[in-house]
Amino acid sequence: MNRTILVCCGTGCLANGSKGVADEFQRLIDQRGTDARVKCYVKRTGCNGFCENGPIVKVMPDDIIYYKVREKDVAEILDKTVEKGETVDRLLYRDDQGRPVKHQHENPFYAPQHKTALRNIGAIDPTRVEDYIAAGGYEALKKALAMTPAEIIEQVKRSGLRGRGGAGFPTWRKWQTAAEQEATPKYVACNGDEGDPGAFMDRSVLEGDPHTVLEGLAICALAIGAEEGFLYIRDEYGLAVRNVTTAIADAERHGILGDDVLGSGRRLKLSVVRGGGAFVCGEETALIASIEGSCGEPRPRPPFPAVKGLFGQPTVLNNVETLANIPVILKDGGDAFAAVGTEGSKGTKVFALVGKVKRTGLVEIPMGATLRHLIYDIGGGIQNDRPFKAVQTGGPSGGCIPAHMLDLPVDFDTLKSHGAMMGSGGMIVMDDRSCMVEVARYYINFLAEESCGKCTPCREGLRKMLEILTDICEGRGQEGDIQLLEQLGHTLQDSCLCALGKTAPNPVLTTIQYFRDEYEAHIREHRCPAGVCVKLTAFRIDADRCRGCTACARACPTGAITGAVKQPHVIDSSKCISCGSCREACRFDAVETEGRDAV
Amino acid sequence: MQIDMDEVLEILHRYPREKRHSLAIMQDLQHHFNYIPREGMEALAEYLECPLSSLYSMATFYRALSLKPKGKHIIKLCDGTACHIRGSVNLAGGIGRLLGIGAGETSADGLFSLELVNCLGSCALAPVMVVDDTYYGKVTLEKLPEILNKYREEAAG
Repeated sequence: MNRTILVCCGTGCLANGSKGVADEFQRLIDQRGTDARVKCYVKRTGCNGFCENGPIVKVMPDDIIYYKVREKDVAEILDKTVEKGETVDRLLYRDDQGRPVKHQHENPFYAPQHKTALRNIGAIDPTRVEDYIAAGGYEALKKALAMTPAEIIEQVKRSGLRGRGGAGFPTWRKWQTAAEQEATPKYVACNGDEGDPGAFMDRSVLEGDPHTVLEGLAICALAIGAEEGFLYIRDEYGLAVRNVTTAIADAERHGILGDDVLGSGRRLKLSVVRGGGAFVCGEETALIASIEGSCGEPRPRPPFPAVKGLFGQPTVLNNVETLANIPVILKDGGDAFAAVGTEGSKGTKVFALVGKVKRTGLVEIPMGATLRHLIYDIGGGIQNDRPFKAVQTGGPSGGCIPAHMLDLPVDFDTLKSHGAMMGSGGMIVMDDRSCMVEVARYYINFLAEESCGKCTPCREGLRKMLEILTDICEGRGQEGDIQLLEQLGHTLQDSCLCALGKTAPNPVLTTIQYFRDEYEAHIREHRCPAGVCVKLTAFRIDADRCRGCTACARACPTGAITGAVKQPHVIDSSKCISCGSCREACRFDAVETEGRDAV
Repeated sequence: MQIDMDEVLEILHRYPREKRHSLAIMQDLQHHFNYIPREGMEALAEYLECPLSSLYSMATFYRALSLKPKGKHIIKLCDGTACHIRGSVNLAGGIGRLLGIGAGETSADGLFSLELVNCLGSCALAPVMVVDDTYYGKVTLEKLPEILNKYREEAAG
C-alpha cells in the first residue's frame, strides 16, 4: 500500500526539531530501499497550527496523526504504521479524559474547526505548485479569467467578505472603487506585515499555502485591472518570505503568473517586499510608503489607496487571510461562502489562541462562535485549571474581556460594542496570575515604541500614559492617575491621525473598565494582586502546604530558596528577585504572594 | 573594522537604481555585515542619488536596521504578548545576569547582542528565544545557561 508521511515543517515544529525527524524518515526509507514493502515519501507541509505539540507527523491515507515525534520514534513509525497500518499508541494525542485520539478530526482541538482559509495547510507541500493544483488550486483563477470584472466583484459582494486584517471593511467595496478609477497603472498588494504580538495566522498561511494568496491576489488584479502586485511580508518571517518567493517563481514557470496568465494574454508580475520591523507599517498608507522606499509613516485619508495608493496610483491592499478566502469564493460562489457566519460577519475567522490556555494554536471557526467555545471547548480551558481572568483580543489595539462576557459571540461588530475588537484574530488568554495593569503597561510600551511620531497626540500621549502606568506598576501611583489615564485615552481616540493611535488606548480603557480594583490595589495598597509587578510583590512559602519536593529551589535563578528534602522550604527575601519561577514550579500551590510592604 | 567596498557594491548592484529598493538594500547590508556601516550608507546615497539624511531616517525608523555593529550571535528574545505573560521579562533579566547586557546591547567580548523583539509568531512555544536562526521554545531561566554556553564553547573552539 502506498502511504504518504506528512511532517509539519512550520516555524513552530521546526523549533521543536521537525527537520531532523523529516530527514530521519527520508534516510531510513532510502536505506531500506527495495527491502521496504511500502513506497512513501515525506512531504514537508506548512504549519498545522497545533505547534505546542510538535513535531507533528501524519500518515496518509490512514489519517493517523502523531505528536511530539522524536527522531528515535521514526523507525517504529515506519515498522508499525507505514508497513503494517498499526498505530503507535504512545505518540497519539490524549484528549481531556486521557483517551488516545487516532485521527485529526477526532482531536478536540481540530474537531470543531471549519477550515476555509487554512484548508490546504498541513495537507500540501507549500513548495510544490503541483500539490496546490492537485488540491484544486488555480481553478478559481481560470474561472475568473472567463468572467468580467463586474461579475468577479459581484461574487465577492455576495460573499459578504470583510477584511480580515482588523478593520472589517467590505472587500468588494475596495475592489469596486479601484475598478472604477480611470488612472493606470493600478496595483494590488498583500498586507503580510503581521505585527500584532500574539498573532501568527498570516505567517501560517504564507508559509503553508502561499499559492492561495497568489491566486487571491491574481483574481483581485483581474477585477481591478492591475498588472503588477506586491506582497509585503515581515522580514522576521524568513520561511514565509522564502516560500512565497519560491511560489511566485514556480507559478511563473508554469505560466500561471507572468506575461501570459494561464494563456489569457493578461499580464501579472508579483514580487515580495520585506518589511523592516515597524508595527505601524500594518496601516495601509504606512505600508504603501514603505513599499515606495520611505519611512513607514501613515498619511491622512482620503484619498484612500483605492483612489490614490502606491506611487499615487489606484491600489487595492488586502490582508493575507482575506486573500486566502478569495479562491474559495470564486470557486464555490459568493452565496455558499455567505451561508457560514453571522448576519454582519460572513465566513470563518482564524484565531491565534495563545497564552495560558491548555491547547494553543491556530483555530479556524465560523464567525459568531462564543469566546467560551473557543477557550474551553477548543482550547481545553486554562492551564493547570487555574481561574480564567481575561482574554485580550485584537492585538495591541484591542481590549481585555473579562469572565462575565465569555458568552459573547465573536464577530466584527459585537466585540467592538464592548470596547474590544476582533482585530486580526489574536486571542491571548490570561489567568489569575496575569496582572491587568502590567498588561496595559506592556501594550502601551509596545505602542509608544512603535508610534511613528508624526502626530502629537500619539507620540506624546502614549509616552505620558506609559509613564503613569509604569509609576503605578512600580508603586508610585497616585490618586487621580486612573482619571488622568481615561482622559488621555479619550483624547487619543478623538485626535490621532491613524488607527494605531486611535485604538491605542483600548487596552488601558478596557482594563480600567473591567479591572478597576486591580488599579486601585496597586495605587492605594501598593500591592499587585496577581503577583506580577516585581516592586509590589513578595513571595512566601506556606509551610503547611509545602511538601519539600525541592522543585522551587531548583527553579530559583538566584538560589534564594533553601530547605531539606521533605521539609518546608523558605525564601530568603534579601536574595529574592520576585520573578515568580518558584510559584510556576510549585505543584502544591504553596507559594503565596503578598505586597512588598509586608516584608 | 575595515569594510570591503566590493562587498558593499555587490549588494547595491543586486537592485535597480530606484529609491523604492532602498529598504531591501539596507536589509541586505544589515544581513551581510550584521549592521549598516557608514560606508554602506554613503555608497547607497550615491547609488540611488538621494540625500544621506533620507536613508538615515529610514535606518533609524525600522527596527530591523542598525547603525551600530552587533555581536557575532544575535539573541532575539521574543517579548510578544504570549511570551510576555509566560515570563519573557524574567528571561531578559536572566540573560542580563549571565552576559551583563540589556536589550539593544552587545556583550564586551563581542559574542552576543541581545534584542527584545516583538512577536516572532511562535506563540504556541512561548516564551521563545532565537539565537541567529535557531529557535528555542519554552525557555526557562534554568535552560538559559546551557543554551548560551553552547555558543561560548563554539567560540572558544
